[in-house]
Amino acid sequence: MKSGGVKTEISRGSLNRYRIEVARIGQWLTRLPFIPIICLLPLFVFGIFGPLLYLHDPHAPNLLIAMQSPAWMAGGNWAYPLGTDQVGRDLLTRLIEGARSSLIVAIFGVLFSGLLGIFLGILAGFAGGKTDNFIMRIVDTFMAIPQIFLMLIIAAALRRAGILGLTPIIIAIAISMWVPYARMVRGETLSLKQREFVALARVTGCSSRRIMLKHIFPGVINIIVVMATTQLGGAIMAEAGMSFLGVGVQPPNTAWGLMISESNKYITSGAWWIPTFAGILITITILGSNLLGDWLRDALDPRTRQAMKKIKRN
Amino acid sequence: MENLLEVQHLVKYFPISAGGFFRRRYKSCQAVDDISFTVPKGSCFGLAGESGSGKSTLAKLLLLLEQATRGSILFEGRDVRHFRSRSDLLWYRSRLQTVFQDAGSSLSPRMRIQDIVSEPLEVHNQKQLSLSQIHARAEEVLHDVGLGANILTRYPHELSGGQKQRVAIARAIILEPAMVILDEPVSALDVSVRAQILNLLADLQEKHNLTYLIIAHDLAVLQQITTRIAVMYLGQIVEIGNTPAVFSQPTHPYTQALLAAMPVPDPRHIKRVSALSGEIGNPIDPPPGCRFHPRCPQAGAECKTRLPVLYEVSPGHEVACSLTEAGQWKS
Amino acid sequence: MNNPDKPLLSVENLKTYFYTNAGIVKAVDGVSFYVRPGEALGLAGESGCGKSITCHSILRLLPKPAGRIVSGKILFEGVDLVTQPESRMRQWRGKEISMILQDPLMALNPVYTIGNQVAESFQLDKVARKSLQQKVIDVLKSVKIPSVEERLNTYPFQFSGGMRQRTCAAIAISRYPKLLIADEPTTSLDVTIQDQFIKLLKEIQQRHHMALILVTHDLGLVAESCDRVAIMYAGRIVETGSVLRVFENPAHPYTRALMQAIPRLGQKNKRLFQIEGEPPNPANLPPGCYFHPRCHQAMEHCKQEYPPEIPIQGDGYAACWRYHKEEA
Repeated sequence: MKSGGVKTEISRGSLNRYRIEVARIGQWLTRLPFIPIICLLPLFVFGIFGPLLYLHDPHAPNLLIAMQSPAWMAGGNWAYPLGTDQVGRDLLTRLIEGARSSLIVAIFGVLFSGLLGIFLGILAGFAGGKTDNFIMRIVDTFMAIPQIFLMLIIAAALRRAGILGLTPIIIAIAISMWVPYARMVRGETLSLKQREFVALARVTGCSSRRIMLKHIFPGVINIIVVMATTQLGGAIMAEAGMSFLGVGVQPPNTAWGLMISESNKYITSGAWWIPTFAGILITITILGSNLLGDWLRDALDPRTRQAMKKIKRN
Repeated sequence: MENLLEVQHLVKYFPISAGGFFRRRYKSCQAVDDISFTVPKGSCFGLAGESGSGKSTLAKLLLLLEQATRGSILFEGRDVRHFRSRSDLLWYRSRLQTVFQDAGSSLSPRMRIQDIVSEPLEVHNQKQLSLSQIHARAEEVLHDVGLGANILTRYPHELSGGQKQRVAIARAIILEPAMVILDEPVSALDVSVRAQILNLLADLQEKHNLTYLIIAHDLAVLQQITTRIAVMYLGQIVEIGNTPAVFSQPTHPYTQALLAAMPVPDPRHIKRVSALSGEIGNPIDPPPGCRFHPRCPQAGAECKTRLPVLYEVSPGHEVACSLTEAGQWKS
Repeated sequence: MNNPDKPLLSVENLKTYFYTNAGIVKAVDGVSFYVRPGEALGLAGESGCGKSITCHSILRLLPKPAGRIVSGKILFEGVDLVTQPESRMRQWRGKEISMILQDPLMALNPVYTIGNQVAESFQLDKVARKSLQQKVIDVLKSVKIPSVEERLNTYPFQFSGGMRQRTCAAIAISRYPKLLIADEPTTSLDVTIQDQFIKLLKEIQQRHHMALILVTHDLGLVAESCDRVAIMYAGRIVETGSVLRVFENPAHPYTRALMQAIPRLGQKNKRLFQIEGEPPNPANLPPGCYFHPRCHQAMEHCKQEYPPEIPIQGDGYAACWRYHKEEA
């Protein structure tokens, strides 16, 4: 069967194939959104490569150089580029260390809350009836409780029970942030359920489980990815809030939120740099995640996707 | 010739909420109202009708996508409506497949063509084939419908309308079913592509010993490929018979009107029958007596009160109209 | 381009392109035709051939900024619509040239009653309040909507598809336009309702001496309701002429193939004649004649250069090298 159109001839030779691949990757790279990526770089680069980037020991206090100003101001020096905190630890190194906790909490918090939300959402949407009602009443209950309140209680209770480290924070985030996923996924599932390809799958003999996994789930991935990137910022904010209130990351480990809570009294009394840089990093990270979410939504929406990619040739 | 499919007095009423504040009142949408017909093995059975005729609902009932209210569906002699066990249902699914009207929405948008076509085999795998064997079979079937292996890794939105419909057909026949239900297989396609698909369907029927049940509103298409045809109006069969007989001697006034209303690509053709008046009736509130009487140019006094039953006007050709010779009333 | 005795509408070499991030889509690429007063022209072709875009171009209803009329003229009663400012176009739309769209459910506003929507078009002509209701009733009666007085306060969703389309027709003809463009008006209707609607359209056309452009993919509709026909393929007109001539003696291979490939009532063939391949992607058109990859009679020259419009028997033209004198 012929289809109209001139076929592009791929020239022989692996060198040419290599060139085409490089060109294709290059083209793809130019379409990426730079601003969100730059905003998210600190979180990811610092979080992943942390210990390799330390300028000094993030834990050793050195009261001799405590509260030293950032390098470009009077009294600063470039060995401690962003200054030192109230016990003489290099601020930049502390920020790098803090990124790691924030990253772990954000990634796992989003992952677990997402999985829980998706599972309940697809189940509610697909099964309908009593299951749907039951799950939605649970959703209503969770929505009635203020999120920060819920997170505090869970994190505090888990710490009391002896669970250490970042786990209480992650669990607290997972339990309090799954609801938006569930509602969105349920809505999308309800609309996908009506589509003809689901009917066709049923006629083929597919079990409900197979339909949910292979037909419905791929259809909701797009919106989940968009929501997850935005929730990344939300998770960081949640962690910052919890650390600020004392149930999050515990000293001597640090996270950006904790750095702010420990030192926010210094904002007016001169050593403003200690809480400020942490605050800036949190802000641009949340901004970056929101912008990335927006871009992904446009990139993955099939209608706008056509405008962003070349028209495929038959 | 043995009958592959036997439908007897099939009925489907949908309860429709008709308002009421304290006590909900329900009306019923009589989508399919006492349908009986048989499809012999190897034949091509056509269902003609417009919207509200119930032909799509009938397809859903046969595919067990909806539960019938009453009646029986016998497939290869077995009563399909009362299947309960999963293995029985799976047997039925492997013997009866379907192709929907709009291939664009009936193919899973996020699955590759290879997976779409292989899926029935993966679900039913009676011969315990390995995945690579399944994929090889998918490629074979795609070749059968005129598509090359180059589309295996593509997604549905990358294909043209004709190609998508071919993929849908490939998926339907990969299990070598006994029967395929085709719901408006070509109406969503471009005119120049329709002939390709119709010829393909005819070829496949011969090659794979298939039996077809084709639902369409385009009578020219039905005349081209069906061997037996039933005309439906508001949930009932008004005329049924072998295709040549029905087209050469349309007896029911609705069949005559339907044939006369079809646009003919011949400028010298003059329509002898004037257009039907009125709107197609509402299945929620069907007219009493013969459902076609409000629009029928030949309606008599009795047509308004008594429902005509199918009466044989010549061997194999039945019509439900009081005006046929010795027409019978439903008592 | 034949322009006999004072056509009402004359389109000359119209080109409408869409500028997208993915490239330029040449939706309409050099289309020329004319419509005489009171005449019915069928604009026929498959999906993607550009017939809808042509109509939207005439009324200057293209989506901005992507769609643009790149070149060509649209002469309506001698005035070139392409160069008119939007304010003048607004005066013409609905009053001189009107359009019926494909899906009446989408075309009607769901939150206004039928009476309101029909009245709206009269209000543009500043009709006195008192006579407004009567005019609405009159025009709805003229499109054969039963029990009009009771129906004035119904909403579109309460109507059936056929009645909705008739309401759209009422809105379109309420100001007695000289040209009515119907863009696939019956695609969403059942066959018997389609039959009623086309007869109604013809009646209206004859009663008001209106010119009609009927856009459709159904050649049967063209045969029964149009005087002349233009067959479009991939953004260009490949053949035009009187309906009698084109249907009995199709000149262009595409037209001929289409005529043979349609299943016809009363004619059962062992195997339908089929056209190989698919209509081309407008963003990726073949060189030379756009139909050549699917044409049984393609010659070498067809692959190189797009054929000119060659007059056929004094009745329209066909864009095919086979009819070029030197090639015969």
